[in-house]
Amino acid sequence: MNDMLMIGGVSFCSRFILGSGKFSLEDTKKVIENAGVEMATLALRRANVGGEENILDYMPEGITLLPNTSGARTAEEAVRIARLARSLGCGDFVKIEVIHDSKYLMPDNYETVKATETLAKEGFIVMPYVYPDLVTARALRDAGAAAVMPLGAPIGSNKGLLTRDFVQILIDEIDLPIIVDAGIGRPSQACEAMEMGVDAIMANTAIATAGDVALVAKAFRLAIESGRAAYLAGLGRVLEQNAEASSPLTGFLEE
Amino acid sequence: MERKKTDHMAYLPDMDVIDSDMMEQVLRQMNDYDYEQYTSASVQAALRKDSLSVEDFAAMLSPAAEAHLEEMARRARAETARFFGNSITMFTPLYIANYCENHCVYCGFNCFNKIKRGKLTMEEIETELRTIAATGLQEVLILTGECRGASGPEYIGHAVRLANQYFSTVGIEIYPLNVEEYRYIQSCGADFVSVYQETYDTDRYDEMHPMGTKRIYPYRFYAQERAILGGMRGVAFGALLGLGNFRKDAYAAGLHASLLQKKYPHAEIAFSFPRLRPYINNAKNNPNDVGERQLLQTMLAYRLFMPFAGITISTRERAGFRDNVIGLAATKISAGVSVGVGGHGEEAKGDEQFDISDPRSVDDVRSAIARRGMQPVFTDYVRV
Repeated sequence: MNDMLMIGGVSFCSRFILGSGKFSLEDTKKVIENAGVEMATLALRRANVGGEENILDYMPEGITLLPNTSGARTAEEAVRIARLARSLGCGDFVKIEVIHDSKYLMPDNYETVKATETLAKEGFIVMPYVYPDLVTARALRDAGAAAVMPLGAPIGSNKGLLTRDFVQILIDEIDLPIIVDAGIGRPSQACEAMEMGVDAIMANTAIATAGDVALVAKAFRLAIESGRAAYLAGLGRVLEQNAEASSPLTGFLEE
Repeated sequence: MERKKTDHMAYLPDMDVIDSDMMEQVLRQMNDYDYEQYTSASVQAALRKDSLSVEDFAAMLSPAAEAHLEEMARRARAETARFFGNSITMFTPLYIANYCENHCVYCGFNCFNKIKRGKLTMEEIETELRTIAATGLQEVLILTGECRGASGPEYIGHAVRLANQYFSTVGIEIYPLNVEEYRYIQSCGADFVSVYQETYDTDRYDEMHPMGTKRIYPYRFYAQERAILGGMRGVAFGALLGLGNFRKDAYAAGLHASLLQKKYPHAEIAFSFPRLRPYINNAKNNPNDVGERQLLQTMLAYRLFMPFAGITISTRERAGFRDNVIGLAATKISAGVSVGVGGHGEEAKGDEQFDISDPRSVDDVRSAIARRGMQPVFTDYVRV
């Protein structure tokens, strides 16, 4: 079955995007292998080109880098970080993160739209991280975003898809890949999101804080594949509350 | 005849006065804080909550919480992992001058102490910076004594400019500045400011700081807020634990930081927990007030109250303590430390402010972090 994830004209077999900032660099390779991921984020602020413990040195060949703009507080700073990432050879993909809140780390949707507009015009493949809001998502689409990355729960919380109904609206209304980015703590939650029709999952804390990072990476891969298959298959109908009446309510019609 | 002391609660001319009532709020709540009223039950109730209120933080700092250190530690470790993963940031301080015009009775730099004074030239600063950069570190904290005459903002600004050429992250730990001075230092390349109130108890502060500009309590208190107004990204808070009542001081510093974060949600918040260690003038102090157990309790209480805040562990503590608190509560550790003036590239030009307990090199600390299964991080900031 040819079920590829297309982002900005680039196709991926894997629907699992790995965040890399929270586990040990020497685990990177085995986590990537076990997770079967083809794309991994890279916080530019952690890139120490030519220096010690440089995250770029640990990324295996062939992986698509998704540099993120973490640390940016405004659209302008995000744009500058993205340009710097490109100049360091990280490619055209960029995940926009604009955070103006040090306590909850909530994304600033307004600044994110502004940064998306600028960077899309400069030829970046822009993947913005946002609070799941339909109006914002439409603005992002119109600004040239290649995907929308709504949060599932507060970042790092491992609480799962608390924003489920709002993510569902994005799935229904926005013709771009919808990638749940934060809050997914368990493979079962990733699976559930994929069943709903989310296009891909990004996770970091859930893997970094697990006992065996490589094994949990594999568990996520399987859960995401399983959820995707269920979505494609079309889930069996689940009856809720009252069973249906056995005699039809429309049986009186003559034609 | 005893010289009449100035009013330590009144600003001097040329000191910025900003529109804020944070000090009144902190002092009022600190004075009302009765840590003896908390029981084991109030500590356990706080530990069951998803996020801790100021009242819960007060319980965590109480004597009753000492019996629950293990539970606090378990939760703190999980919170640290949630916000910071297993990353531990490394940095080193660089003292560029130790001239001081203050008479803080507990401090090795105080102006009546017969110590060797020194101030590095720009060439010497560059040599030091280059030597530190060669260890691989990407973050440096520039420190001076509190003396505008010998080490004024412009001198510090020049040093910051140089530091910015060698390091991705530059912070300052100097005397409090006015808003425009912070703006100037920020434009030179430093984005992070540490100012410690020493003690939040105004009477104790008065006794400990009999002369010099540092004597002015409110000017020091509002340093972090002025730094944020001047465009700095992050500010660090702390008290010199053991100088006053450490539970009240720790409570006040936490409250101070949380009020600032509420007013300026983008401000990055950090803490450091120096405690009294042997100084030249320590005879009148009681350095045993805060043992390791109390220090750990304080660090855990902060981690639970503000899980997003950075916590630095000082070289005043022994290696075994430092290695065990990283990942548990601390997220940042200094290495290859010299607390004399200079002393990285060439021999120190001035004496030390205090004795350190962990003289390990950058490589040794980095290996210690890795041995604990954690990731040493050399750079965590990009200045754009």
